[in-house]
Formats: sequence, structure tokens, C-alpha cells
Amino acid sequence: MNIKKVKTGIIAAAVGMACLVSTPAVMAAESQFIGSLVYRTGPYAPGGIPWADGFADYINLLNERDGGINGVKLNLEECDTAYNTDKGVECYERLKGNGPTGMPAVMPLSTGITYALLDRVVADKIPLITSGYGRADGSDGTIFPYVFVPPATYWGGADIAINYISQQEGGYGNLKGKKIALVYHDSAYGKEPIKTLEALAAQHGFNLTLFPVPHPGLEQKSTWLKIGRQLRPDYVLMWGWGVMNATAIKEAAAVNFPREKFIGVWWSGNDADMVPAGDAAVGYKSLQFNGVGADFDVHKMIKQVLYANGKGSAKSEAGIGEVAYNRGVQSAVILTEALQGAMNEFGNKPVTGEQVQWALDRLDIDEARLKAIGAEGLFDPIKLSCADHLGKGRAKMTQWDGTQWKAISDWIEPNNEMLGAMYKESAAAYAKEKGITPRACN
Amino acid sequence: MFYREAGEFKASYKADQAILPIRQDRWFIWAILAVAFLVIPAVSSDYWLGTIMLPFLILALAAIGLNVLTGYAGQLSLGTGGFMATGAFAAYKLATMFPGMHILLVLLFSGTITAGVGILFGIPSLRIKGFYLAVATLASQFFLIWMFNKFGWFTNYSSSGVISAPPMTAIGDVLVTGAHATVTAKYLFALSIVTLLALITKNLVRSNIGREWMAVRDMDIAAEIIGIKMLPTKLKAFAYSSFLCGIAGALWAFVHTGSVEPLAFDVNRSFQILFMIIIGGLGSIMGAFLGSAFIVLLPIFLSNAPHWFGLDIPVDLISHIEAMVFGALIIFFLIVEPHGLARLWQITKEKLRLWPFPY
Repeated sequence: MNIKKVKTGIIAAAVGMACLVSTPAVMAAESQFIGSLVYRTGPYAPGGIPWADGFADYINLLNERDGGINGVKLNLEECDTAYNTDKGVECYERLKGNGPTGMPAVMPLSTGITYALLDRVVADKIPLITSGYGRADGSDGTIFPYVFVPPATYWGGADIAINYISQQEGGYGNLKGKKIALVYHDSAYGKEPIKTLEALAAQHGFNLTLFPVPHPGLEQKSTWLKIGRQLRPDYVLMWGWGVMNATAIKEAAAVNFPREKFIGVWWSGNDADMVPAGDAAVGYKSLQFNGVGADFDVHKMIKQVLYANGKGSAKSEAGIGEVAYNRGVQSAVILTEALQGAMNEFGNKPVTGEQVQWALDRLDIDEARLKAIGAEGLFDPIKLSCADHLGKGRAKMTQWDGTQWKAISDWIEPNNEMLGAMYKESAAAYAKEKGITPRACN
Repeated sequence: MFYREAGEFKASYKADQAILPIRQDRWFIWAILAVAFLVIPAVSSDYWLGTIMLPFLILALAAIGLNVLTGYAGQLSLGTGGFMATGAFAAYKLATMFPGMHILLVLLFSGTITAGVGILFGIPSLRIKGFYLAVATLASQFFLIWMFNKFGWFTNYSSSGVISAPPMTAIGDVLVTGAHATVTAKYLFALSIVTLLALITKNLVRSNIGREWMAVRDMDIAAEIIGIKMLPTKLKAFAYSSFLCGIAGALWAFVHTGSVEPLAFDVNRSFQILFMIIIGGLGSIMGAFLGSAFIVLLPIFLSNAPHWFGLDIPVDLISHIEAMVFGALIIFFLIVEPHGLARLWQITKEKLRLWPFPY
């Protein structure tokens, strides 16, 4: 074939396609649009796919079983970010105006995208829900009216980890002189806990040593030689991400650092990260802000209503109950509860981001409500207010037994008094820089 | 028929040396500027302006910057991302240290600071050439990002290392950064700056400085023999290239995203911009715009296309198809037009002169 003709053809096709005006797929007139930023492709897809499946499954469960929320059908549209900030912003801009009322809330699932959206959500009046990631000081609702950070923050996570270690050592008094190392992804995400840990180190007298690992974290030999042969810390904390987690665990095994004293934050506690590490991961501990396992009622309903009828999102039922899957369900519950709250107030029709923000300011998912949803124990009750966009911020310690996570503690509450002051201080600095006047909360 | 300079006479040196000697070209550029300044803001949605046009313009500016260095002066560089980050962080420090400073001054100074950093990393270019220089500039990329991550001073000791732009006004009280700036204002602001800098660059590469750069690019030894001093010439290229990249980085952080972490300017950004000028055309201002359009717009187009046709394809499949088609198109263009889209444009113009009576 003539190259010229091919070229002409391609140009013609491109022009033709560009002429088509962007029209969203035809949908039922009065359904509630939900935009979901997911990463089913890209380097972190193994952790992103179960989350997306869990989120979609819960939304579909509500649609199939209850006909949506308060009779309003839910219309879920995914957009793949591949965990790339540029793509994530594009996805957000593409989805934000869809449906009759636009996107009711956004969950960017990436620290980079979260930061890129911080300004935009204020202008667009769309709540930004960052569950267990993003800005810790977003918990100050007076300065971040559109940012919600339940159920936990990195700063809280750091405090909980130290709290857990003190329990193991028999009290905070015994932390004096102990050596604790932090192995972290050298990015905005990994650096979040440092301030908190430094404050705690000064308070309790333990020695904190920092080990930044450059992205993506495949090369940690020298880091772990230093840890295992020179420093020999009592505990190692990890703020890792993606392939860095499995690498760190394997390197810890190589220098024979006891895995029982190796504690990861929730993003270092995915099933997908443990499996590649194999036997090296047995005994490794991780914080989780959600319950582990597939034995919750909501799982049974999802299997019964969706998977039995071939409507599940995951490839097979085996994916149900993975940590990331449970987090997807949890995020979907938080969002749909907020949607319901908004509908109860503003009428049973699709709601806007502003109305959902109103509902999130008053979100109260208590034990009884969790039981009704079938998610009792799947996560800690969440109660938010105008000023408090975090809740209790509790997390659990879990341990990997080679095939699955086992909870080894009850919900541990961070020192919210100390952290609250830190959130306030940090948020105030942000407000000053950006010229934000805090809103009044009564 | 229409594109022909017959009957256009140049009566002065000034007319002979104009950027666009042919009247039709002048009309064309004026029409494009009119469309860019008037039509696009009037008819485009926020999505088009803010998510497609804005990154396209800012990355085109960075591509012009790299094109000065690589396309005109022949110094292969992989440090673009690092220089963009320098511009962004310099702008942040300036804007927070001197809150009253006008955004144009902030951009100008952050570009100047980046130019200084560029000169510093350009010094090895006197001894190192070709691929080895690419490796040396790659070091600058990693060093600069590491530096912004490592030292809290650059981010005003923010715990996460993320900087975010304070609200700033351009003319009167029209905000161009921050949460309450309208997309149209941001777009017009970025467009004005990019247009101005592209015009300056176009004139610069036509001046004696530009000719020196091209002489160095085409054969450095010959250039040296005819009296071009290597060090100042190469450093000028590094300085001006970094100046443009710095302003692009500052625009990216301030006008486009509003807040960035250093990782937004990692080595992938450098590669992205290098691909832009390779596909767009080395040594061409037009090529920088074409390349940026190709790299920014095509993936967005590919990921939206199935939706426009009403096809219900799972998002992960779309992403994979997008990567495959994008890769195939890059290879296709490199095979049929190794000199880039700008060359394709030139061929079109040559053909158009003869049309409709080719011989």
C-alpha cells in the first residue's frame, strides 16, 4: 500500500474523529453519577486492581440489591490514571462535569494526584476524600472545607506504630535509648511521618534513624546492610510503596533482621506486596485501617448478589477479601453513606458535590450502621464534624502468616491531642501561605 | 494557487529579513494567534482549556527550551525535568519570600536562576560530547530532584516536600494562580508568555547567536576554526535553554497544577520533552509545538475516543490500547518522517506552492 495513502487516511480519520463532539454515553436521566479514579494499569496495578474491584462491587451491590441509594440508581464510571499525576488530573477534569449533577466526590488514590487536585476541588466544590493518604493536616476542616481524610493519617499511623512498639516493650518508659529506623519512599508520601516520629523521639527518648529509598526502590542492598550490620535497630518502620515493599522484606530477610520487628504502614501491607516476597514475608507486620479477611457480611452479599450471577468486577471470587479490595469497599461505603446523607437532606435525586460536602461534614457511620451494612469490623466507626475531617484515626496491627493477614491487635487510637495541635499548626501555615481565611465552625 | 509569493516584492532589507517573508504565512500566523487568543477561550470548555491546552502550551515552552539546546546547539540533554523543577522551586521561594512580587517578575527571576544552574551544569559540555553529555545532564536531573527532596529550605519545611502556589494576580486583580483563578485567565496568561518567548526565541536563533549555535551543532571543530568560541557559545545555549525550561516549570507548578512535588519533574518528564522535540522536529520552533501537541493530545484523544463512539470498553483495556497505538504511531512517524512533524509541515508548504499543477 502506498504510504501516502495511509497517511492521508490516518489524517482523514483523525480529523473525522476530532469533529465528533464529546458526548457522554447515554444514561438514565435521574441516576447519581460516581466518578472513580483507578489504576488498573501501570507499575502499581497489582494494588490498584483489587481496590477498583472492591469499590465497583459495592456500588453494583447497592444497585442490584437496593436499586441504588434511596431509589436513585448509581452510575459508576471509571477512569484509568495508571498512577500518573498528569493522567489523574485529566481524568478528574474529564469526569467532574458528567451526569446530571457532576462528580459528587473524588478519591484520587495517589498522593501526587491529591496534591494536584487540592486547589481544583475548592474551586469546583467537589469533596476530596483521601482515605489513609494525602495531606494529614487536611483533617482541619476549618481550613480544608473540601478535604476529608478518614479513617487515618500518616501522622496518626506513625504515632500508632510507636504506641504499638511501646506496648511490646512494656510501656513508653522503656523506649528510652531504643533504636528505631524508618525506611521510606523518598517522595511526598514517604516523608509525611518524619515530623511526627521526630517529635515522638524527642518526647520518649528513642533514637530515630532515617533511610530514604529513591523511587522505585528496587535497589536497597546498601540500606539494609547499614540497618542489619551497622545500626542494628530494635525496630524498623517502613513507608514503602509498590515494588519497594517486597524488595525491602527480601533484603531484611537477607540480613536476617527479624520480620516480627519490621512494621509497615498500610500501603506497605497489600497482599500483592507480600506474595512476591514469599517466605521472607512471614511474620512481617503492617498497620491497617481496615479489617482483614473475607468473612464480613458484605462479602457474602457481594458473592451472593453479584458473583453468583456473573456480575462481579474481579476476575474471580478469590480476589474478595484482599486488603486492597476491602479498602475499595470501605471507600465505597464512606462515599455512599455521604450520598445517602445528602439525599436525606436535599431530596432523593442526584446530589451535587456541595451537598455531599455538607453530608460529609456530618458523616456518622456508627457501630449500628456498620452492622446494617454488613461491614461490622471491616472498619472503625467514623464520625466527622465541620472542624474534624478525620475522626478517631485508629488503625490495627496485622501480621502476615505466609498466605493472609491476621489481626494481632484491636483498634489502636493515636495520641489525637498531640496530633491535633500538629494538624492545626500545619494547616495554619498552609492557610497563611495561600491566603485562606478559616471558616467558622459551630 | 493560493500559496505563492508571485507578485510580492521586497523593497527593503527589513522586509527581506522578516521572520515570515511570505504574505500568506503572515496571514496564517495571525489567524492562528487570533484563534488561540479569541476563538479557543470563547468556545472551549474548562476541560479543554485547563486539561489539554494549558499543559500543551507549557510543555511546548519546555520543548522550545530543549530545542534551543539540542536542536540548535546540538547538545543532547536529559536534564530538562531538573531545570523545570529548579524553575518551579525558585518561583515558589521567590513568591513566598517576597509576597508582593508580581508574577511576571517571579517568572523572570526564576528563569534567571535556572539559567545560572544551567550554566553550572553546562560547563562539562566543553569536554564531553554526544551521549556522554546526555549522561552528564542526566546526573543534573537526579541531583536537582534529590536536592529539592533533601533540603527542607526549598519547600519552606513542608513535611511532605510539596510546594503550592499562592494566589497571584497578573493585571489588575485578575488571578492567574491559586484556587479561584479562572481557567480562561490561566490559559490566556500562559498563552501570552509562551507566544512572547517563542517570538523572542525565533528571533534569537536567526541572530548571530543562533548561527553560532548551529555552526557548533553542525561541526564543532569547523566552528572553532572560523572563530567561534566554544565555551561562551555552549554556555549561552545552556543558559537560554534553562531559562525557558525554568519558566515552563514555574508555569507548570503555579498556573497548571497549583501544587507539585519534585517527582512531577522526574526523569520521565525529561524523556517526554525529548520525545516531543524528536517527533516534532529538531531545530524548529514550530516542531516544539507540533511535538507537544502529539505527545500531550494524542494519549488523551486515544483514551477518550472509545467513549465518543459509544463503545463500552473496560478502562484497563483502553489504557493498554492507548499505550500500544501511541507506540505504534511514534514508530510510524519516525519511519515515514525521521526529521519530525516540522519537516512534514515544510513538505506540505512546498507541495502547496505547486498545487494544483505539480510537475
